[in-house]
Amino acid sequence: MRFFKIITARPWLGEETAYSAEFDAALGADGLATLKTKRMGLFIFIGVATALFGLFAVAYYMRMMMGGWHMLMEPLILWPNTLILMVGGGLMQWASWLSKQGNVPRAKQAFFAGGIAGLLFLGGQLLAWQELIELGCYAEVNPANAFFYVITGLHGLHLMGGLFVWGNALFKTMGDASPAAITASIELCDYYWHFMLAVWIAIFALLVVT
Amino acid sequence: MVLAIVLVLIVLITVLFTFYSPWWFTPLASNWGTIDDALIITFAITGFVFVAVTLFMALAIFKFRHVEGRKAAFEPENKKLEWWLIGVTTIGIAGMLAPGLIVWADYVKPPPNAGVFEAVGQQWSWSFRLPGKDGKLGRAAVRFITDDNILGVDPRDANGLDDLIIDGDDLHLLLNQPVKANLRSLDVLHDFYVPQFRAKMDLVPGMVTYFWFTPTLPGSYEILCAELCGLGHSDMRSLVVVDEPGDYQAWLSEQITFAEMIAPEDVPEDMPEEVAEEAVESEQQPEVADEVALNVGPSTALSAELSTGEGTTND
Amino acid sequence: MTEDNATDTEAEDHGPTTFLTKYVWSQDHKVIAIQYGLTAIAIGLVALVLSWLMRMQLGFPGALEFVDQEAYYQYATMHGMIMVIYLLTAIFLGGFGNYLIPLMVGARDMVFPYLNMLSYWVYLIAVLVLVSSFFVPGGPTGAGWTLYPPQSILEGTPGYDWGIILMLTSLVIFIIAFTMGGLNYVTTILQARARGMTLMRMPLTVWGIFVATFMGLLAFPVLFVSGVMLLLDRVIGTSFFVPEIISMGEPLAYGGGSPLLFQHLFWFFGHPEVYIVALPAFGIVSDLLSIHARKNIFGYRMMVWALIGIGALSFIVWAHHMYVSGMDPAFGFFFAVTTLIIAVPTAIKVYNWVLTLWRGDIHLTIPMLFSISFVLTFVFGGLTGLFLGNVVVDVPLSDTYFVVAHFHMVMGVAPIMVVFGAIYHWYPKMTGRMLNGPMGQIHFWVTFLGTYAIYFPMHYLGFVGVPRRYYGYEDIEFIPQSVHDLNAAITVAALFVGVVQLLFLYNLVWSLKRGELAGGNPWRATSLEWQTPNTPPVHGNWGKNMPQVHRWAYDFSVPGADKDFMPQNMPRQSFEAADVHKLDPDPPTAGPPSDDPALPPREGEA
Repeated sequence: MRFFKIITARPWLGEETAYSAEFDAALGADGLATLKTKRMGLFIFIGVATALFGLFAVAYYMRMMMGGWHMLMEPLILWPNTLILMVGGGLMQWASWLSKQGNVPRAKQAFFAGGIAGLLFLGGQLLAWQELIELGCYAEVNPANAFFYVITGLHGLHLMGGLFVWGNALFKTMGDASPAAITASIELCDYYWHFMLAVWIAIFALLVVT
Repeated sequence: MVLAIVLVLIVLITVLFTFYSPWWFTPLASNWGTIDDALIITFAITGFVFVAVTLFMALAIFKFRHVEGRKAAFEPENKKLEWWLIGVTTIGIAGMLAPGLIVWADYVKPPPNAGVFEAVGQQWSWSFRLPGKDGKLGRAAVRFITDDNILGVDPRDANGLDDLIIDGDDLHLLLNQPVKANLRSLDVLHDFYVPQFRAKMDLVPGMVTYFWFTPTLPGSYEILCAELCGLGHSDMRSLVVVDEPGDYQAWLSEQITFAEMIAPEDVPEDMPEEVAEEAVESEQQPEVADEVALNVGPSTALSAELSTGEGTTND
Repeated sequence: MTEDNATDTEAEDHGPTTFLTKYVWSQDHKVIAIQYGLTAIAIGLVALVLSWLMRMQLGFPGALEFVDQEAYYQYATMHGMIMVIYLLTAIFLGGFGNYLIPLMVGARDMVFPYLNMLSYWVYLIAVLVLVSSFFVPGGPTGAGWTLYPPQSILEGTPGYDWGIILMLTSLVIFIIAFTMGGLNYVTTILQARARGMTLMRMPLTVWGIFVATFMGLLAFPVLFVSGVMLLLDRVIGTSFFVPEIISMGEPLAYGGGSPLLFQHLFWFFGHPEVYIVALPAFGIVSDLLSIHARKNIFGYRMMVWALIGIGALSFIVWAHHMYVSGMDPAFGFFFAVTTLIIAVPTAIKVYNWVLTLWRGDIHLTIPMLFSISFVLTFVFGGLTGLFLGNVVVDVPLSDTYFVVAHFHMVMGVAPIMVVFGAIYHWYPKMTGRMLNGPMGQIHFWVTFLGTYAIYFPMHYLGFVGVPRRYYGYEDIEFIPQSVHDLNAAITVAALFVGVVQLLFLYNLVWSLKRGELAGGNPWRATSLEWQTPNTPPVHGNWGKNMPQVHRWAYDFSVPGADKDFMPQNMPRQSFEAADVHKLDPDPPTAGPPSDDPALPPREGEA
């Protein structure tokens, strides 16, 4: 409704600063984007990535309707992997909560552990790939296999991107960054970890259900 | 000033060119005069809009060109005018769309008395298949292709044995007989295109597509490929000859059947349907699925019906 | 607000100083914009030359020996892909978007400058990967810009071994670059506007870029998905898009894939892509028409709604590219209706452009000439689009030269006219000097009349039925000699138009040193980018005081004002306040007072 109100305004009239709340500075004193700005950038990226994975799901579903499709036996290791990623998400959330409570040292520890969980998950995914390859489930044998490799691979790449940011933030927490900056980094990683988890659960559900 | 004159000249040239240039449709040789009519309606409406908008713009440029002391008007919007324009536009669009949709409904639904032929494309040549006396085309798939069986007709399908195979020669069609073209590709996308018939449709590997028309003018017409299919795209041509009934029967009697084409040992004696299904299933899994994809339909028994493509658009 | 002042001094004191940080590894949106623009123009020139070579073959078959079938299809593919993606998308969003967004909304820079710089360099890599396909064995792919499988990945198509792999890789890299840029544009517009710059006070240029970027962020992932899947089909032999087939007499190991699936994915991206290029052009041309007619844009709100409407609708019209593709014919009804519905908001835009001219004070400057020629070509191309959208009318015309003529008119010539208009318009802001006038006049007239002479008669070739993507038309029965003559004439026109672009490039260089000095606001425009304290704007754009916006971008020839324009940062005048309720039938509910006492004094108020 607010959007509707905004785009029906008559701008040639003197409706001065009617929406002045919007005009908080996007850049902080350090000349870098503020948390609010970064958060919006992250959310837009999450939107794009959602479109990407959603499209793969659509393509998966459409391709399944056609010929040459064989169900994939999901490697069992995917279950513990899922658990690890869940734990990672939980740790990130805990870190975020702790840092907002002002308990920055504990938050750093939880933050560190959350990232490690992400790394472990990636390792687990590699093991799953290895298992499939040993079973002869190559990508070219069956489109279901190919989809599995592509979707998990892309998810892994996205997570690697997240881990890169996490590494950067970790580096920052080692230095003399302000508690506010640390809180901000932790919060953003927390969002992203939850997004990665949501995507993974959606993918996994799709694989298991079909 | 110059620009206003140029705009008027452009309108003039555009209109004159339309009426007096030598470049216009080839003479129609099928029943699709309705497509031409829908096109002319679209042409008339859009042509009017183009002339009107351009002349209005020319007038504005002439009338409101900058001269010392002119001041523009200030008018942020004019709701009434804008809604009027939206209304008129919508009517114009509906006027184009309605005939288009009506003819399209006709285009996608072959009449019940339509005959059938199959055009098969591969890089970069055309082959054709006509049903035999039974009026039905046999099942076909890429995996049945051998040196003898160039179109991949299923040798176990009795409907296919009397099919006429035309390889590397012209296609003949019967004058004034509605005919449905079943289209199949062995490799990449192609498009069956005869300008004089107006109708066209892509050939898509892995499925059977179709369209229909009635040839209404005797003569021979070139078949072109209209979907980029690789290096030889512009050389992928054949000929369709529209015959009077006498000529057509004479031509038909010269063609050889599928059974005559393949080696005798390949013709199965009398294979019961169950065995045939089993034989299919014993083959590699993906290919079975492909076969299914080719023949999704209410019943997998009657192949001529199956090849309509109606059930095979896997999208 | 001491924070803001800190930012100011910092921006001035610590602006990049060395050549490398200033012009190469720059994080300044203006430098990045110019890098994007120049790269796009450079690769566009390659595509232009390719089009000459193709036209030579079509007009004078066999005249150039090295243009054989293989080369012809390679040129056609590269020409199309470069023009659509690497030139138009890049120059409108990476070029104009980058330059104009922060200046027009009153920001110091993009909100993520580092990401912005990265976006350019990744784009450059995408371009280089694309160009490298000219130098690999087999050359670039000749699959047509639509890259339809199975053809694009099979023997029998030029460049099926390396060219297609490089093409897909390059596209994937481009999409990554675009996403980085797009995130920046959207976030900057939403977050970093100057105080007082409500969304509805933004110039339509920003609106056009904003909606287009949003669409790009949603549409490019589709290309990414289909590109990755096609790449896998080609490289490791998966069967996403390829069914059981025989190629060159050999059965291949594929099975079960659907070529139509690719087409759906491709056009689900491809149709929005048309508007990703068109919407920024719509926005820019709205501003140019308004400024040079000294009149507010007519129906601003309707223009914004139309942009949003077109953006949304463009996602449900894709299959009008596929009427004769063999998809379920029932789809034809749906997509014909949606396609013709999208014509309504598009028509509104045209009416409003034309009505902006009406009762204006029209200065036929070079940007204005280009803008008006855009309206003409766009109307022409839009109307011929109705033929192709109207399902059954498309049947005889699809895959003929009518389609080629249509999309070059609406998506080639029209946006390029805006690119030229915009360069003539903003060059003074970028360099401080005007582009040379007489050269500009020649450039405009030859380009405008020449392109019309190329593409207008080409539609009639389509009526004749001449199929597109043909290397040669010798001995096709139904094609008369007059078609060959017309083809020759079109080629001559194309060469003229091509050559005059070199004059334009010369003008760009010549005017850099010798152009007339422009001053800060040569067009007497209202939008913020013309109100910067320095021209060209320095790093940080605004010096000490951030602009405060008091009005929309179209206060031209306001009754009672002493000049015919009032810049956006000009405080409201006494005669205006009285007008508010007279103009507005239902006055808005009272907002917060215009001068929040908590705010520090802004420019013009101190």
